Amino acid sequence: MATSNSRTLARLMLFPSVVLLLAWMLVPLCMTLYFSFLDYNLLTPGNNAFIGFLNYEFFLTDPAFFASFFNTILLVGGVLLITLGGGIGLAILLDQAIWGRNYVRIMVLAPFFVMPTVSALVWKNMLMNPVNGLFAHFATWLGMSPIDFFAQIPLLSIIIIVSWQWLPFAALILLTSIQSLDREQLDAADLDGAGPFSKFYYIVLPHLSRAITAVILIETIFLLSIFAEILVTTSGGPGYESTNITYLIYTQSLLQFDVGGGSAGGIVAVIIANIVAIFLMRLIGKNLED
Amino acid sequence: MSIKNSHRSKIIYTFLAWTISSLIFFPILWTLITSFKTEAEAISASPSLFMFDWTLENYEEVLARSPYFNHFWNSIVISLGSSILGLLIAIPAAWSMAFVQTKRTKHLLMWMLSTKMLPPVGVLIPIYLLFRDFGLLDTKVGLVIVMTLINLPIMVWMLYTYFREIPSEVLEASRMDGANIAEEIWYVLLPIALPGIASTLLLTVILAWNEAFWTLILTAADAAPLTAFIASYSSPEGLFYAKLSAASMMAIVPILILGWFSQKQLVRGLSFGAVK
Repeated sequence: MATSNSRTLARLMLFPSVVLLLAWMLVPLCMTLYFSFLDYNLLTPGNNAFIGFLNYEFFLTDPAFFASFFNTILLVGGVLLITLGGGIGLAILLDQAIWGRNYVRIMVLAPFFVMPTVSALVWKNMLMNPVNGLFAHFATWLGMSPIDFFAQIPLLSIIIIVSWQWLPFAALILLTSIQSLDREQLDAADLDGAGPFSKFYYIVLPHLSRAITAVILIETIFLLSIFAEILVTTSGGPGYESTNITYLIYTQSLLQFDVGGGSAGGIVAVIIANIVAIFLMRLIGKNLED
Repeated sequence: MSIKNSHRSKIIYTFLAWTISSLIFFPILWTLITSFKTEAEAISASPSLFMFDWTLENYEEVLARSPYFNHFWNSIVISLGSSILGLLIAIPAAWSMAFVQTKRTKHLLMWMLSTKMLPPVGVLIPIYLLFRDFGLLDTKVGLVIVMTLINLPIMVWMLYTYFREIPSEVLEASRMDGANIAEEIWYVLLPIALPGIASTLLLTVILAWNEAFWTLILTAADAAPLTAFIASYSSPEGLFYAKLSAASMMAIVPILILGWFSQKQLVRGLSFGAVK
């Protein structure tokens, strides 16, 4: 029973969160927008002329932009595919009657808690290094020539590392969801002579749809701005082969000090994220909030 | 299905599950083992899992080489500070949305979540310049502010999903007994919602501990948390695998243990209440 008194109070209590988030969103975003129309380089101070859309023209016609745009899509899409596929498989496996399930869960979950800089460095040096890495030793032992991961398949290597970090998250969410599945449905399907594939497709998968939506939503939020993994492994190289949009803008603004160009890039990134966000919000609006 | 048959399938599934989970866990185990090796053994072409001379020298060298405890303390202050500050702001908001619902509540929640989708690079330059002008670069205060703001939407959402499950009759009853809103939140809501609040706190501590965009960009030395401490190992100096491993373990072990203890609560929080 909400009286007008408690309504006012409710508004008051919402106020700090809303104002802070609004400020956090709008103030810097307006500044970015403003900078994006200026010829503003930290190395040449005092000469911040208004240059219209020139920064955007440069940014959008730069081959680096296209490269990093597609890399971003490949990175997000690749990781989503691997973690969802692997996650569903793992969830089904861990849902079976097995010995020591708690220990298995703990091991599967562990990578999620490893900070990105650590997992990137461990994979880069101790596993993927072409001379001293474990994979190289293994390849030599098998009589093959070792792969130079970050020179030959830089983006795929980063996808592998990031997937390793996010697979536990997907598996855990999906496992929890699968455990709430009504067993009687599966038993009934058994009686009707349904095979494992049709049981999966018609019963398990629909039941998982909410959890899958949640995984896609949350992973996408974090994957769009992958940064540390690229910074400590390839620095975006060779060339632009493993540069995503976040990393491209970082190099432009803080390494080349091109505030104007970096800001234009930032606005482009915001627009891209918005397109993705609209799509995702529809998805959760349908799936999560009923 | 016969008992013998189901027994066999249990063995097969157990074997599969243990094999796959060991593979997933292997990089961490390997880092742990390497951290006790000498540098020469760490890059040996015929690496050994257990048969080597265990040593603690890497941990000693990491401690001597860099102010580990400084970074550790920074990580604690930043992640715990931002999470507690965030809770103070998010609890009233979540209370208000869960118990005084209006037509706009859902839109407001969605809007809050959408701020999470704003890519950090979109505001990178202004935040960097503002921090420079206000003297917040490389300070813990600055990072606490940023972490609070980036985790605030998640906190409000999580708390909202927990609060919504508390029957509002409980709160109304206390109001009938003459409790004001502050008393209602403090004496009635908080004790009931404590598990939810605790898991919200845990999740945001973990997220802030591992955050590696702002912590790398906005810090240099003084306020650098463990993420930045580890990144300083990205340019190799001679033989360094064993030392890198030791430093890595020192950075991840606290949060790994915390995470293992709280795995059940995390699921629900991480999925914004979609999975319980």
